Amino acid sequence: MPGIFESLLATTRRDLLLAWKRPGDVLNPLFFFAMVCTLFPLAVGPSPEQLEFSGPGVLWVAALLATLLSLNSLFLSDFEDGSLDQLLVSPQPLPVLVLGKTLAHWLTAGLPLVFVSPILALTYNMPVSVMGVMMLTLLLGTISLSLLGSIGAALTVGLHRGTALLSLLILPLAMPIMILGANAVSLAAHDDVYTTGIWALGAYAIASVSLAPYATAAALRISNE
Amino acid sequence: MLIRGERCLFQGLSFALESGALLVLEGRNGSGKTSLIRAIAGMLSLEQGTVYWDDVPVEKQRQTFHGNLVWLAHRTGLKGDLTLVENLGFERSLRAHSTRDAEDVYERLGIARLKKLILRSLSAGQQRRVALARMLLADVPLWFMDEPFTNLDREGRALVLELVEEHLGRGGMCVMAAHQDVEIDAPTTRVKIQ
Amino acid sequence: MWKWFHQLASPPHFYRIAEILSPWLAIPGLVLIAYGLWQGLFVVPMDYQQGDAFRIIYVHVPAAYLSLMAYMIMATAGAVGLIWRIKLAHAVAAAAAPIGAAFTFLALATGSIWGRPMWGTWWEWGDPRMMSELILLFLYFGYMALRGAIDDTAKADKASAVLALVGIVNVVIVHFSVEWWSSLHQGQTVFKKGTMDAEMRIPLLIMLIGFTLLFGSMLLRRIRTEVLYRERRTRWVREMILATGDGT
Repeated sequence: MPGIFESLLATTRRDLLLAWKRPGDVLNPLFFFAMVCTLFPLAVGPSPEQLEFSGPGVLWVAALLATLLSLNSLFLSDFEDGSLDQLLVSPQPLPVLVLGKTLAHWLTAGLPLVFVSPILALTYNMPVSVMGVMMLTLLLGTISLSLLGSIGAALTVGLHRGTALLSLLILPLAMPIMILGANAVSLAAHDDVYTTGIWALGAYAIASVSLAPYATAAALRISNE
Repeated sequence: MLIRGERCLFQGLSFALESGALLVLEGRNGSGKTSLIRAIAGMLSLEQGTVYWDDVPVEKQRQTFHGNLVWLAHRTGLKGDLTLVENLGFERSLRAHSTRDAEDVYERLGIARLKKLILRSLSAGQQRRVALARMLLADVPLWFMDEPFTNLDREGRALVLELVEEHLGRGGMCVMAAHQDVEIDAPTTRVKIQ
Repeated sequence: MWKWFHQLASPPHFYRIAEILSPWLAIPGLVLIAYGLWQGLFVVPMDYQQGDAFRIIYVHVPAAYLSLMAYMIMATAGAVGLIWRIKLAHAVAAAAAPIGAAFTFLALATGSIWGRPMWGTWWEWGDPRMMSELILLFLYFGYMALRGAIDDTAKADKASAVLALVGIVNVVIVHFSVEWWSSLHQGQTVFKKGTMDAEMRIPLLIMLIGFTLLFGSMLLRRIRTEVLYRERRTRWVREMILATGDGT
């Protein structure tokens, strides 16, 4: 019987393969990310000081919203075509399979945001030194967001108006992550000590990886009944 | 006891399945046989009652139980965007090593020439055959089949019956939910659901 | 003792006990609240720093405390229902949610009123306690929205139980992260836990107990309604309706 690691990789691989065949699913959240970053100056004015000041926050909110948008599809297609049934009766532990899927989701939805963020940060006059911190916070933060989001996605899969409900459920969970991330970047921008935020985000990510898959698995079993 | 929504679907049921035997749940659409078969397989929780595998309750050995069964239903759980080989390859990577040869199975089911095509381009009947291939390749004793004859022509249906008979002959077991009569040359328990 | 617990978990049994118990909680509760309010609003002397505005804590603090307690009850009941499959536990969770949300809203409203003279604004984004309370309100809304979105009661029970448990962890984390955030931005907070004279503290205690009793009574009444709805097709409910004529 294949071990946990192999099953995890197999599941991630399949989902990545599926994402590869539908590039739109990967690109849409990225465009959304860019668009939200564009909306802000349009709405409150393009004064450079204001932009530089609010850069970390805006980027983080945009990243959060873009991730939320992409979460709805995490289990939806599996629910619809019967793959979820197969996952539930698989000899492999469900939390492992769920972690595999979430990992694939992060690789296609979270990680790209991290790489695209410097470009948008430039438009917000973010100094390069701060960008490094920002990317690190986004890296750690999106991991937690994907994992927490998977719980919400599992609870709302197949429900009428699932996306809106998903967002409502996830936002309170996501707020601490955003607070930690955005403010760490702000601190870095003011040359303050920001490591507390980074450590906290790291701890959050580790805790999410260890605990979220169990909650998601439980939620999937319930939702699939 | 199985409760679905506000309705109590079943109460006081009890049956046993032995090696080489078939259990058929017969009933019209909507009679609850899908709920029952899903409950036995472990996808639906029972209000009261236990399913045993080898005299041990399934809750205590979920991994083992699932390692010994394979599920086939109308929604096949195969990915339309992936090819046959990609789909079945994924399944195999989650299960213990199979003694079956993949090529033989493809030949048997008449899908060998479809290997490199993505499933979306196959007909419904062909996709069913791919699902059957998955069943054979899993190489497990317990088969669960929920309405296995949908989308199959007469030839396809005969093939399914043949496969089930062979499986039972080798000592396998099968739980089937069907709304038509199923005649198989093997010990059969029928549960008629009104 | 377990026998008693099992008896209590049976819906018809609980229904009868709750009916009897409820006024025994409500009346003392209301009396205590009335007394506490009179003391707090009229008798206790004015605060040195905040003038008369601080008097609202006699409603705000119990409301905030109960908003958290209701969530704990909701999550614990959900867990009990999930793990031990006790249906009544799910009814308790479902009943606690709207009451908890109402108290949260009350806490936010009274907090806002309290802060207005000090902040000059109706809402101060920088206050960590208020922010945590606001996020708690969102958690309640999410819980109730999830329940509402799932038609099957049993499924809704289980799903919302999972959500409440995840939320419990979050309540703790939110509290700490918002405090950190607030300390960064030097938010104005008026809710310092400074020392309070015994004179001021006693009415607060009275209000706390009074409100808790009232909450208990409200919860029992709501649970009864939930039980009645969930068990509407069972024999005992039917018999009760036939016997009393209107089911009350």
